[in-house]
Amino acid sequence: MSDKNLLAPKVQKRTLSGAQIFMEALRKEGVEQIFGYPGGVILSIYNEFSNYDDIKHYLVRHEQAAVHAAEGYARATGKPGVVLVTCGPGACNTVTGIANAFYDGYPIVVFTGQVDSDLIGNDAFQEADTFNITSPCCKHNYLVKNVKDLPRIIKEAFHIATTGKPGPVLIDLPKDVLSAKTEFKYPDKVDLPGYNPTYTGHPLQIKKALHLLYKAKTPVIIAGGGIIASNASNELTQFARILRVPVANTLMGTGTFPGEDELCLGMMGMHGNYWTNMAISHCDVLFAIGTRFSDRVTGKLEKFCPDAKIIHVDIDPCSISKNVPVDIPIVGDARNVLVDMLNVVSQQEAEKTYLKRKIWLDEITEWKKVKPVLKHKKDELMPQVVVEEIYGFVKNKDVIVTTEVGQHQMWAARLCKFSEPRRFITSGGLGTMGFGFPAAMGAQIAYPDRLVMDIAGDGSFQMNIQELATCVEYNIPVKICVLNNGYLGMIRQLQHVLFNKKYSQCQLSGPDFVKVAEAYGAVGLRVTKEEEIIPVLTKAYEINRPVVIDFIVQPEEIVYPWVLTGDPLSKILLESPEGV
Amino acid sequence: MRHTISVLVQNEAGVLSKISSLFTSRGFNIESLTVAPTLDVAFAKITMIAIGDDKIVEQICKQLNRLINVIKVIDVTGENIAERELVLIKIGAKSERTLLLKTAEMFNAKIIDFNKKNCTIEIVGDENSINSFIEMVKPLGIKELIRSGKVAISLD
Repeated sequence: MSDKNLLAPKVQKRTLSGAQIFMEALRKEGVEQIFGYPGGVILSIYNEFSNYDDIKHYLVRHEQAAVHAAEGYARATGKPGVVLVTCGPGACNTVTGIANAFYDGYPIVVFTGQVDSDLIGNDAFQEADTFNITSPCCKHNYLVKNVKDLPRIIKEAFHIATTGKPGPVLIDLPKDVLSAKTEFKYPDKVDLPGYNPTYTGHPLQIKKALHLLYKAKTPVIIAGGGIIASNASNELTQFARILRVPVANTLMGTGTFPGEDELCLGMMGMHGNYWTNMAISHCDVLFAIGTRFSDRVTGKLEKFCPDAKIIHVDIDPCSISKNVPVDIPIVGDARNVLVDMLNVVSQQEAEKTYLKRKIWLDEITEWKKVKPVLKHKKDELMPQVVVEEIYGFVKNKDVIVTTEVGQHQMWAARLCKFSEPRRFITSGGLGTMGFGFPAAMGAQIAYPDRLVMDIAGDGSFQMNIQELATCVEYNIPVKICVLNNGYLGMIRQLQHVLFNKKYSQCQLSGPDFVKVAEAYGAVGLRVTKEEEIIPVLTKAYEINRPVVIDFIVQPEEIVYPWVLTGDPLSKILLESPEGV
Repeated sequence: MRHTISVLVQNEAGVLSKISSLFTSRGFNIESLTVAPTLDVAFAKITMIAIGDDKIVEQICKQLNRLINVIKVIDVTGENIAERELVLIKIGAKSERTLLLKTAEMFNAKIIDFNKKNCTIEIVGDENSINSFIEMVKPLGIKELIRSGKVAISLD
């Protein structure tokens, strides 16, 4: 070898196939778990798994569940969840999961197989236009046309999914791209001229916001999911305590503020607490952080916070003044903005507010006495009681609770007082029945030693019940608590109140969940009486296997408080309206 | 109110479909949309005329900005800009020729083809002059009319 060659830098040239690049890129991104389902066009990737035993693949039983599991993983850890599925039906089955992550803003990266590039557009077997089908519900998506672009695209995808307002990114991989070879070099950084999220709030706006809060008599903070995405819980707690401002949370913001704190108002919105909605309706300054003011949160828009000046912090400029007109908009990362506020907040000014704040907190304490009355008949197992007992049982444990969508979700969100973020995982924006169980699976995979519990309804559990097989196969010991009322309870209560008790297609003759669990190889338990709740929960807790607990609950219970669609937040039903 | 929005995008496959699908999914109304590469072919310029109040147009701009391939969005309405549109109009050759030629001359329109059947005219101009021209030639019997949609450039 000549001297010249010795001096030259050693450039490792590695020629890899698209499938190998996929694996290498995942490794570079630190991906350890992936949820997927194989299919013809992505077998070249599946062929590589044996060479990469640091990346564990979980074979789900339906692609939708793979995406929910990835989102559950992302919500529990803050890291992106990864999904791999095939083309056509495989890709189409991911749409619900992708949309769910999109509306709640959690990072997932979905890889879909695609037919050979030269077959695209020919209506080939299992061909679907994945790019266009998923475009409106992805933060961004790609159709890879050349294997040379693949490393850059994967790098960009993980960057986009996890920065700014997080969200799902999809990469469509034609079969020929996966077999084509190129030199592999993973880029160190991304070059995206059209993507520059604003992280720091404008100092002048921050100052204005503080002055407004100093002057406020009856201020309220709304904590949304953005607090979780930006890990701003500690800063939020500090800030609220310094200025003594009570904190309400949206469904997505559950657990962002200590649940037992005197400043904690709990959940607001359609099925939020009476006092929370009253406080918001009577506030003079509303400080909303990381929420997009969905209709479930605001009630009738025109009557939302009629007398309040509104400060709104969000990383997504689209969320600001989209639904609610804002007086002081602050575009930025919730944590950065709160840190900046804490840096300039004046203790002296804050203390001046304490006297008027006491009056406000006393007023709220009066409202806190108003609760829906539980009409408890003897021998009936009330769903609210089940949820409260579950919360009591898990609250001092290292726990993650997920939910499906419906009545049980609203009870869980209102009655479980979580004090840490990422402990309560639920589908908010899209409201996806069938989300909670696979999400619990993903969370349990992220934290094998935690107690992971899905509070479910008999309707929604059946939307992804097949994942019991996955849980049994990998021994993912999630506990599923089915509040079994034999109804689509939320539909039933809407028909009860709004359609004059004319029930249509809301009754379910469900399976025997204990037997179903056993048939899958899981454990099935049943609770029919209040006194059985704790013993059965204890038993389930001690079994290191997936357990389904079938709670046979009072079937006709209605979720209160309830703000009917179209009503202002201050018009709160605590029991059935007259005549219904 | 009508707004002229100028959008600079990465000139890649799929960008246009993302932009147009945004209008359906967000319920926005657009009147016209033109797209073509810029001097640097890696980018393309889109000029769109959107209809809505200030709040809606602000949302349109924000939503466009949110797309990863979109580099810059400017609502140029009311700014120091020149707006032009190209229109091709086909009129039967048997219509009153002198009037047609005179009108064309008056509006600086160009006859680009004259055959036994048709006279085809090209006119470039701003909204007002184009609309007046169309009104003037309407009585002569317009067989076909094609508008390019507006493009706009800042004069500053």
